[in-house]
Amino acid sequence: MLDYIRANRREVIAAVVLLVLLSLYLGTHPRGASTYVMTIWANQCLILGLAAIAQFFAVVVRGIDLSVGAVIALTNTLASHLLDGSAGAIGFGVLAVLAAGALCGLLNGLIIVFGRIQPIVVTLATASIFVGGALMLRPTPGGAVNYDLADAITLDIAGIPTALIISGLLIFAFWLPFRRTGLGLGLYALGSSEQAAFQSGINTRLVRIAAFTLAGLFGGAAGLYYSFVTTTGDAGIAANFTLNSIAAVVLGGVLLRGGVGSLIGALAGAFILKTIASLMFFSGIPSLAQPLFEGLILAAAIAIGGADVLRTRNRLEVFGR
Amino acid sequence: MCRRTTWKNPMTDPDKPLLRMQDISMHFGATKALNNVDFACKPSEIHAILGENGAGKSTLMKLISGVLQPTGGRIILDGQDVRLATPRVAQNLGLVCMFQELSLVPDLTVRENLLLGAPGSGLGWLRSDALVKARDVLDRIDGGHIKMSARVSDLTLPSRQQVEIAKALMRKPRLLILDEATSALNASVVTKVFDLIRAERDQGSSVLFISHRFHEIEALADRISVFRNGERVETFDNGDHSYNEIINMMVGQRIDELFPPKPPARADAKEVLKVENFSWDGRVTDISLTVHEGEIVGLGGLDGQGQGAFLMGLFGLLRTAEGKVTVAGKPVSVTSPKAAKQPDIALAFIPEDRKTEGLIQDQSILENLQLAAIGLKDLDASNPDLYQDTLERLELKHGGLELPVSSLSGGNQQKVVLAKWLALKPRCLLLADPTRGIDVKTKTQIYSMLRRLADQGTAILLLSTDYEELIQLCDETHIFYAGRLVSSMRGDDMTAQNIIAASLNVTEKRKVVHA
Repeated sequence: MLDYIRANRREVIAAVVLLVLLSLYLGTHPRGASTYVMTIWANQCLILGLAAIAQFFAVVVRGIDLSVGAVIALTNTLASHLLDGSAGAIGFGVLAVLAAGALCGLLNGLIIVFGRIQPIVVTLATASIFVGGALMLRPTPGGAVNYDLADAITLDIAGIPTALIISGLLIFAFWLPFRRTGLGLGLYALGSSEQAAFQSGINTRLVRIAAFTLAGLFGGAAGLYYSFVTTTGDAGIAANFTLNSIAAVVLGGVLLRGGVGSLIGALAGAFILKTIASLMFFSGIPSLAQPLFEGLILAAAIAIGGADVLRTRNRLEVFGR
Repeated sequence: MCRRTTWKNPMTDPDKPLLRMQDISMHFGATKALNNVDFACKPSEIHAILGENGAGKSTLMKLISGVLQPTGGRIILDGQDVRLATPRVAQNLGLVCMFQELSLVPDLTVRENLLLGAPGSGLGWLRSDALVKARDVLDRIDGGHIKMSARVSDLTLPSRQQVEIAKALMRKPRLLILDEATSALNASVVTKVFDLIRAERDQGSSVLFISHRFHEIEALADRISVFRNGERVETFDNGDHSYNEIINMMVGQRIDELFPPKPPARADAKEVLKVENFSWDGRVTDISLTVHEGEIVGLGGLDGQGQGAFLMGLFGLLRTAEGKVTVAGKPVSVTSPKAAKQPDIALAFIPEDRKTEGLIQDQSILENLQLAAIGLKDLDASNPDLYQDTLERLELKHGGLELPVSSLSGGNQQKVVLAKWLALKPRCLLLADPTRGIDVKTKTQIYSMLRRLADQGTAILLLSTDYEELIQLCDETHIFYAGRLVSSMRGDDMTAQNIIAASLNVTEKRKVVHA
């Protein structure tokens, strides 16, 4: 057990911080720990959570995806056109939205691998393209999403917020099995040492393309979920999500140098970030001072994760962390 | 191309080569790493490849393992032409390489590394049945202490090599390539690795073996091929030629002596470095030793017995190290490498891993040379005269000092590391296995350089995994075991038997530790 905690200390720290913040939030909220409060909170967290997962898949292979927010905006505006009408049409719409996200990611991956261009440059360019597409689909915020479906996915089941159930499914039905596949292992190998991965017989191109496609797919899922929560399409949400997704993965213990971190950490980081923001809203701190306090809490949380550097006795081991 | 049906054919004619390379060339721009080479490896043989660094051995291995594709020529496996486009293709054909630059992923655990790209595991669900073989291999080469759940970045260099060996063997190779596979392992582990390699051969696999340690090749090889300047000079059965003849084939000129002669001990030599009761973190305990002017003092023992940490500690790399260090009669407290290189202390440390700790690979040779001298008041780091003398003596082969240091071969990179520190004219030189994986000619250059420095008054502490070095080069040798100094020997006491016995801590009569 102790070994397990040590090996996953980054995730454990993130989870503890999240629990403390959540209890603070529920304690200060005027309506307390009701299903209503929990549902609103969980919905906000899951949108950013999905964005952070998208960012995680890019970062773990030593890349970065600046188009996460743009993919969310594009898929959100697409959803505002497609998620209404008959059950069949809506079903098709959901698949189309997710496929659009995955295609965006695939495009990023193909350009990065075959164009041999750095991810930061490629995704900066494609981000503009995707936002451009979103603006053409939805020049001003608007559109509609089927309310019954939106309610089903953003309210609760037997008192448990649906967003938390989806988060649980992501971890237990997707991530934990995925981590035990060759692709799951290959992502980490590629991010940690591309040369070693190649010499071990890993198809590094395929793995990198897969990583960015997964990033796009989860960007699409974030866009889809955002549509269910807001029931409108808005092309102007891109920049905010990109920055927050990067902050969330860092907060969740995912190293920007690649090869370290997990989907669980990314999810926890996103939940922490959103909880801090909600906490500020109800804390009575003047709204102008809120970014300052948010930043201080962020910095403190990240510092805790790096505190074990103080314990190393060999100075050389401090480097490369 | 990737037919796996040709896995093992018992009808194979023993004289028909398993692998043949015909007219193979590999050119990098104007550099001809291999030039029209013919090479063949028979089934069930251990074939040693010898040559200086830069002779083309590693390039040949990279071609066979699919890391590089030849610019010309044919690779023929079982009589059929093959194209080895990636390591994956080569591995599926049974050509498995254990690389000199390790192929382990630092952030993953041992288990995950073993499974990475293992046979039968694509990008889908991973099966762990192949791990049984890997565990068995690890246990048989003294790797029983290596946990499957340990992260590779937490392992010592020798442990990583053991994992690398297990990783290669679990892929059930038809042709196993060992490129300096045992360079960080001590003699007793190497013996066990050799037993495994022989067992592989007896089961029908072939082994290509690159090593710079002659006694290893003599013990293991069936046949030997010598390479020089990108060409195969000769192939012959082990035992057909003497050491000297082989060395002459490798260098194309005579090298009479590998090691320089030892001068008689000077009675009046002053103490340069005196260490008393040095301890650190439970891993180094109560070490006391003295190095006099003009002496080369060796540190030996099994891997990871504290000798490496001891050198790091002297150089200020360890926190909470205890003990008294005296340099040239003055007690000093070395808290960082920056303090250690100041003229009043003047220590220099050549680290074990030149690739990552000794050099900045992307920077030019000249920039790397300046690294140690930068920040010292009395030295102008940008003055190339500082390095010229050492570079000339060591005969650094380079295509221009402004090229990145990564363009140099391993031996030449080590020369840059040495030159960078010798520019500071250190009073005491700490070396951690400086000749690991380096060709014979460069070794002799480094040995004579060290002896010359000693004669000029530099005190030298030399950590080595090669007991020949301790015997032939050092004036005194200290053996570490479990963080303690268990034996010290001088003169005729320094024999292979004594060193190995002390390393295993089985000495009958423990000699009084020289303090």
